[in-house]
Amino acid sequence: MSTQIPKQTEKADETAAETETDAPSKGDERRAEKRRRADERRRQREAEEAERAAADENTVELRVFRYDPDVEGKQEPRFDTFHVPFTKGMTVLDALMYARDSYDSSLTFRHSCRQAVCGSDAMFVNGGQKLACKTQIDELEEPIRVEPLPHAEVTKDLVVDMEHFYDQMEAVEPYFQTNEYPDGELEEQRQTRENREKIKMSTRCIWCSACMSSCNIAAGDNEYLGPAAINKAYRFAMDEREGEDVKQKRLEIIEQEHGVWRCQTQFSCTEVCPKDIPLTEHIQELKREAVKNNLKFW
Amino acid sequence: MHEHDVVVVGAGGAGLRAAIAAQEEGADVAIVSKLHPVRSHTGAAEGGINAALRDADSWEDHAYDTMKGSDYLGDAPAVEALCKESPEEVIQLEHWGMPFSREEDGRVSQRPFGGLSFPRTTYAGAETGHQMLHTMYEQVVKRGITVYDEWHVMDLVVTDEDDPADRTCHGVVAYDIQRGEVDGFRASGGVILATGGMGQVFDHTTNAVANTGDGVAMAYRAGVPMEDMEFIQFHPTTLPSTGVLISEGVRGEGGILYNEKGERFMFEHGYANNDGELASRDVVSRAELTEVNEGRGIEDEYVHLDMRHLGEERILDRLENILHLAEDFEGADGLTEPMPVKPGQHYAMGGIETNEHGETVIDGLYAAGECACASVHGANRLGGNALPELIVFGKRAGHHAAGREMGEAEIPTGKRGEWEPAEYEFEVDVGAVGDRGPAAADGGAVAADAEGLMEAEIERARERVEDLLARKGRNHAEIRSAVQETMTANVNVFREEEGLKESLSDLREAREAYTEVAVSDPSRTFNTDLIHTMETRNVLDIAEALAMGALARREFRGAHWRKERQERDDENWLKHTLVSWNDGEPELWYKPAILEGEAKTYEPKVRSY
Repeated sequence: MSTQIPKQTEKADETAAETETDAPSKGDERRAEKRRRADERRRQREAEEAERAAADENTVELRVFRYDPDVEGKQEPRFDTFHVPFTKGMTVLDALMYARDSYDSSLTFRHSCRQAVCGSDAMFVNGGQKLACKTQIDELEEPIRVEPLPHAEVTKDLVVDMEHFYDQMEAVEPYFQTNEYPDGELEEQRQTRENREKIKMSTRCIWCSACMSSCNIAAGDNEYLGPAAINKAYRFAMDEREGEDVKQKRLEIIEQEHGVWRCQTQFSCTEVCPKDIPLTEHIQELKREAVKNNLKFW
Repeated sequence: MHEHDVVVVGAGGAGLRAAIAAQEEGADVAIVSKLHPVRSHTGAAEGGINAALRDADSWEDHAYDTMKGSDYLGDAPAVEALCKESPEEVIQLEHWGMPFSREEDGRVSQRPFGGLSFPRTTYAGAETGHQMLHTMYEQVVKRGITVYDEWHVMDLVVTDEDDPADRTCHGVVAYDIQRGEVDGFRASGGVILATGGMGQVFDHTTNAVANTGDGVAMAYRAGVPMEDMEFIQFHPTTLPSTGVLISEGVRGEGGILYNEKGERFMFEHGYANNDGELASRDVVSRAELTEVNEGRGIEDEYVHLDMRHLGEERILDRLENILHLAEDFEGADGLTEPMPVKPGQHYAMGGIETNEHGETVIDGLYAAGECACASVHGANRLGGNALPELIVFGKRAGHHAAGREMGEAEIPTGKRGEWEPAEYEFEVDVGAVGDRGPAAADGGAVAADAEGLMEAEIERARERVEDLLARKGRNHAEIRSAVQETMTANVNVFREEEGLKESLSDLREAREAYTEVAVSDPSRTFNTDLIHTMETRNVLDIAEALAMGALARREFRGAHWRKERQERDDENWLKHTLVSWNDGEPELWYKPAILEGEAKTYEPKVRSY
């Protein structure tokens, strides 16, 4: 099993560190020193890992995308290889955490709940959008290639800039609106079980942005609302507790130039959704609603 | 420097509700959170929200159940506020569009939960927290409340008078994770801490990786006592390999626990002859571990939770999320086989000492939610009482910080009421190591005005970041895992003197190691090595206070079990534990629990289920 990762980037790194500036400040010197140490540690780590891998066949090989705009030697994207001891039930997130805590503390990825509800750790694993925490290692082919989500700007390593995704989510007035509440004190609005069931799947969205990353249309049209935001609009438009007038407004929002009509029904969003939300179906249903609505005024 | 009337730290249920309340009261409010709001761990809450919504139910019954569940260590004014206001808060959530599960008549569903005398747990499938978090974040978006997400709050900016009761909080200093810069957030009205749990003190926990108790630790260092930290809830049904939570809703719907022999041990071994699986969480957790310790566990580690008999339709309707969790994280199919479960750290009953308005002893500093201790949970929290706490006390703190007149609180904070010093002598050193290593006290700089103090603290935080990045030393991960190991080995469900002492000496070693901690990632962009290193200091402070409280309390109350005295001792211990940082020399003291409610006194009774 080979653990040789691209050595040339390290060489470049070292020279850069030494010839960096004419009159290095104290801070620069410190940072250069830290970089040299970091490189040293990385070489040591790789040697140790190789040894471990040789001694123990039961390891997993990860090839992880690395990039940091701030750090010499990481400004050019590269892949690092990590050998992580396999344990039963291990997920891609477990393996990344092990690699970070044992080998390289600068390995960077978002994660929090470890149980597929916070939506922080969507990544591109062996060429597919996955939540790292619910992706079992033993179901993947090795070496496992871990990259940041495509079609998003990479901030560092596996972290991508989510601002655009959040902007699209917020563009659909993603909050409940009604003009009518029940009169009585402590009185809830009534909702049928059927209606609750109808919106149930749409309310499971965890904003991981896997769908947006998988969508060709979103990749080509930066203003396209995208599957998650349209699903959010669906969640409200289909909720019987909002009135007819609110629904009209919602349909106008999703019918705009960069709305539902952009969707070409490729189902890629539905395939990658870690919460099994039938995103494409929801988009199609909104298209039908919009058509019906337009006929009504015709 | 950023300036707002109210600054809320943390964007889970309590933080979002606090921000909405403060904004409704007319304040300019900002949320500062190390995670984007929808990533908060409120989203992982499954079971539901206790609220006396129905005619056959009453807030008084909810309060009685809660006081009993707390093993009489809840403070009645806080408990009664929770139970009275929970119904209107639940209806408020419904009016904001939260998709609750529904009855045939279209009203919100409620189900039975452990320790409750009425099925008052209002829920949205087994994903109540997720729906609540998203519903409240939608309201934050609607109102245009400013959110600074992925900003890690490092410390509070507090004046440094000798007596914490004379101090004032002017704001916070925070580190922008994306851009690598330190800046200040001045709050003229108040800072509300809503930073959630501290499960990372243990290694088998249902909590998120982000739950490092930051708010509790920073309030502690600023002079606010930590209250009742030894009371940690171990949830009886977590998946053995990951600690992922399997909702109490499974037992609420009729799920059954079996040991290796297939015995329904809750009844057959007499742990809870009336309520069985639906006894209070502490009772069920101890029962499971007793089964395992006496050789009746499966693989010597766990027991089985079986819900197959509920039928596919009911499971899919009410517990679908559980099927996904059991399959994704344990490879078990809940429809065709029992699910393996064991106790795991779940919830901190203790936290930042507050009164029922969310005020701490420091002027201008509030806390709400899991990080706070009002106390509504006392020695043991009932299932379904955490989510209402977030919204009731989040709202109260938000209103108060924004200037609403709410009258004098009944719960005294700090040493303003009756109190007594602890007589316990610790054998190992606790508190600061040497002269102000990174784990030492902060205190406030002496400065004439708030502006000057803010500037000084921002500068100090910058220096701290530079120092952590520049120095050579140890990685925080080994220190954090040493803390987690000793806490899980020695301060777990069953506690005894020797183990507790050992934990304190292990923690001392970890504190000493932390003085040599360093960050090896030099980056200014998304440096999680730096963030985790700063969090580990918080983990250390909390673990120590927790172990101190646990060692000193020689009785068995609620979630705190002591081998040396396996019964509740009301004569000596009907009191709250407080630990004050005291500028690096932690002080342990006590104040009485308040059992006098509005109309009645909650007399301690034997707690059987």
